Order: sequence, then C-alpha cells, then structure tokens
Amino acid sequence: MAELPGQIRRMGGGISQLLEQICGFSRRCLFQVISMGPIPNHLAFIMDGNRRYAKKCGLEDGSGHKAGFSALMLMLQYCYELGIKYVTIYAFSIDNFRRQPEEVQSLMDLMLEKINSLLEKESIVHQYGIRVYFIGNLALLNDQVRVAAEKVMKATAKNSRVVLLICIAYNSTDEIVQAVKKSCINKSDNIKASGNYKHEDADSDVERKDMENQEERIQLVDIEENMQMSVAPNPDILIRSSGEARLSNFLLWQTGNSQLCSPAALWPEIGLRHLVWAILNFQRSHSYLEKRKKQL
Amino acid sequence: MDLNQSMLLLSSWIGQIGGFGLDLLWRFIHLVVSLWYIVSGIIEAVESYAISLGLNKKYSSINIAKLRCLAVVVDIEEARDVTKVIELLQWLRTIGVKQVGLFDSQGLLKKSKDLILGTIPGSMLSEEIAEKDFSPDQNRLALEFISSSDNKEAVMKAANILLQRYLTSSHPENDKGENFFTETHLNEALRVVGENVHAPDLLLVYGPIRSHLGFPAWRLRYTEIVHMGSLKYMRYGSLLKAIHKFTGVHQNYGT
Repeated sequence: MAELPGQIRRMGGGISQLLEQICGFSRRCLFQVISMGPIPNHLAFIMDGNRRYAKKCGLEDGSGHKAGFSALMLMLQYCYELGIKYVTIYAFSIDNFRRQPEEVQSLMDLMLEKINSLLEKESIVHQYGIRVYFIGNLALLNDQVRVAAEKVMKATAKNSRVVLLICIAYNSTDEIVQAVKKSCINKSDNIKASGNYKHEDADSDVERKDMENQEERIQLVDIEENMQMSVAPNPDILIRSSGEARLSNFLLWQTGNSQLCSPAALWPEIGLRHLVWAILNFQRSHSYLEKRKKQL
Repeated sequence: MDLNQSMLLLSSWIGQIGGFGLDLLWRFIHLVVSLWYIVSGIIEAVESYAISLGLNKKYSSINIAKLRCLAVVVDIEEARDVTKVIELLQWLRTIGVKQVGLFDSQGLLKKSKDLILGTIPGSMLSEEIAEKDFSPDQNRLALEFISSSDNKEAVMKAANILLQRYLTSSHPENDKGENFFTETHLNEALRVVGENVHAPDLLLVYGPIRSHLGFPAWRLRYTEIVHMGSLKYMRYGSLLKAIHKFTGVHQNYGT
C-alpha cells in the first residue's frame, strides 16, 4: 500500500514522457511539411509582455521575465529544429535603463544567471552548436554582465551551425551612431596616415562640393560594414509579441524588407502556433519579398 | 536485378511518394490559410462598410489631435496609381489629419508631387510651410514626399558632414569622438542635408505585406506600423478604424 503513491507518480511521469514524445514527433512531422516551402534564414523577436504576464497571473515582480526566458528557450528550439540559421532577440533596450533601479538590477541579475548558464555543457548552445553574439553598447552594462557576455562570445566563436544574436543595451539609433562614429574615425585615421587631406569648410554642402578624392568620403558600404548587426543577414521576419505595432527602436536599419508580425499573445504565452503562422505568412509573401530584394 | 538494386529502387519510390505526400499536405495547409484570409477579408469589408455608414458609434468621433504626423508607405507597384493616392489624401483631409508624409521606395510619388499638390486644395509642402512660418490653418494639409534616398543615403551624407567637422577640429590623438558623434549630432547633420527628422506617430502601409519598406530608419523609433492592405481596394472605414485604434494606444517608451 505504501508503494502505491510512488507507483502512481512513476506512471504519471511515464505518461507525461510519452505525451512529450508524441508532441515532439508531431512537431517534427509538422516541420517536415512546412519545410516543403521556403524557410526564413533569419528571425528576430521583440520579447514584449513579460511584466503584463506577471500582473495577469498574479505573480511577483520579476517572475514574468523568468517565464519569458522559458518561452525563449522553447522558441529557439523550434527555430533551430526548423533549420532557421539566425535568430535575434531584443533582450534589453538602452531605454530600459530608465526603468526603476530595482527592476533594472533584477533584470541584470537574471541576464547574468542566464548568460552563465549558456556555458554549461547541457545548455542549448552546445545542443545545437550555437554561435552567440551580444549586440549593443556593452560599455553601458555592469562589469559582471559584460565580462560574462564576452566570455560566451569567445567560447562559442568556433560554432557555425546556427547563430543567436542577443541585443542587450541596444537600440537602433545608437547602433547607427556607433557605425557612423567608427566609419568616421577609421576614415580620419586613413586620411591622416596617407597625409593628403585638404582642409575643407566643415559645413559645406557635400552633395554639391567637388570632392577631388573619393577616398576622403564615407561610402554607405563603410557604414553598413560597421553596423554591429552586419554579422548576420537582414531579418526575414520580425515578431513582436503582445500585439504592439511598433518596432521600439529595434533593427530599424535592417528591416526594410522584413515581414513584421504582431501576435496578440504576451511573450511568455508565445508558442509553436505563432511561429508556424508567421512562417506560413512568410511563405505566402516570399515571391514578393524576393522580387523586392532584386529591385533594391 | 539483385536485392540491393531492388531495395534502392524501392526506397527511391518511397522517397518520391513521401515527398509528393508532404508537398500535397503543404499545399493543403496553404489552401486553408488562404480560405481563412478570404473569410476574414469579407468580415473586414463588412465592418469597414458599417463604419463608413456611421453605424458604429465608436468611430463617430476621433481624437485627431493625438495624431500630429501620419506617414503613408505605398508599395511601388501601387504608387503608380496616383489617383488612388490622391483619393486617400482627400479622405485623410476629411478626417482632420494635418500632416502627411508619403513614402515609396523609388520616389514615384516625389515625381508626381506637382500633380498631387495641384489636385488637393489647401495642400502644401511641409518645408514650405515651415520656411514661410504660416500660422496653423484648419484647412491646410502639409505634405512631405519621401523615398529611399532619404533613408540610408541621407545618413551617409550626414556622416560625411560629421567627418568634415571631425577632421577640421583640433582634438587629441586618442580622441574617441565622444564630442562629435552622438545622436544629437547625427540628428542635426541630417537636418543640414535637408532631411526631416520628425518621427511620424503612425505609419500606414499600403501593399501586399506588413513591412515599412525602407522608410527612413532614423524616424521610425516608436512609430505605430499598421498594414492596410492593397491601395487599390482601400476602404474609408478601415482607415477610420486604424486611426481610431492608434488614438487608444499607450506607449511607455521602454520604461
């Protein structure tokens, strides 16, 4: 009689394992079917709605972000199973530093914990051979988080199967400014090194002015090369959860040819059906997107 | 034919049948998706018609003051039909929108600027209104024509302005450019090259997909982006609904 609760627990565990295996098998069959059409190469996520989720479920502050992390791991698994090579996530915006200091600190602590967990043997990084990039103004992060991020980037530098880009202390306008800054400083160094710069009027209209030496001007390709996101192709799909219709300063430069999706679900509620829906819509629009790429 | 060859042939047939089966299933899923869009399109059309007739009281008054600047992005194929663009602008004028930016990636609408300004009474270029410092006029519609050259190319031109300033200034060898390259500096340089840096509150996309189609990135930070479908089949009720929904949005700007 004393063994009965244990037996029931083992049976329950066995049934849930079986259900998990059936779900996994069904999912892989579904992915086989979807893969008959074009699969996006790069998917980006804005993980919005963690705080609203915590409020909705009556959880304590910070628990929404933990639930959001679990949802993220699931989505990454689905993306990599489907063969999507690049996934970008908007983990923390520069604007988020303006939140309450306790919330910012709790987010930093959570990020430090999760970044360190990426280095563990059984983490998703090792399971899928993920190369991890941290994109953003890392100088704005505290030393612990920045050092952990740099460690993960170094440790995964040799992985090449799939890529995860984590945007942290990031926003698009800052990325553009940093790219312009790097381009200008590099160009300035080159000009000084070649020693043939002619003093020009600083505020002259550069369109009309006859610049004798094209090498003294920044070209668009210089700025593009210095964008932090240049390590990946432009996203094919950008998904923002919680139904909001704006990009909130995320990948503005890179999404001119991207399909934007806004499922109503809060981020911790996001699931396979939202991903599948976004991909089916991408497949419907694929020929139009390819035509646009050729025109650009 | 020996056993190995038979097995290879059999597995090849099974593979082909399997592939055919998967392809059929894929097409079936897309058929279901297409049917879903047809049904939701019909529902949307009926709702839009009801809104146009004033049957839905919710849309009878809109707090248009909240919409200071609206941008309309038009797919290049759709932008060739200037009459539909003019009709859309007339609807926006009726609703009370005061400032509209029109974008298409190849600048087709820029080329039709004179026709559009000549057809819509009270419309003027935004930059002319700013230069002549006109007082706010209830009937005036400020128009701005934007294309891809106002996006990345404009940032490149602004970068060259900043480069010139950096080269002509005296700064230490190990200067990291903190006093020359900030968002404020780039914003100002974009103004110098003739760009409007104001962010539209709402972006309406008329085209096959929901995408900003290369609208100037610098101006899109917190802009609400709404997909309106094809310009050819645009509906007044859908326009009213999109603007009404925007006026109810609350943003926390990341905080």
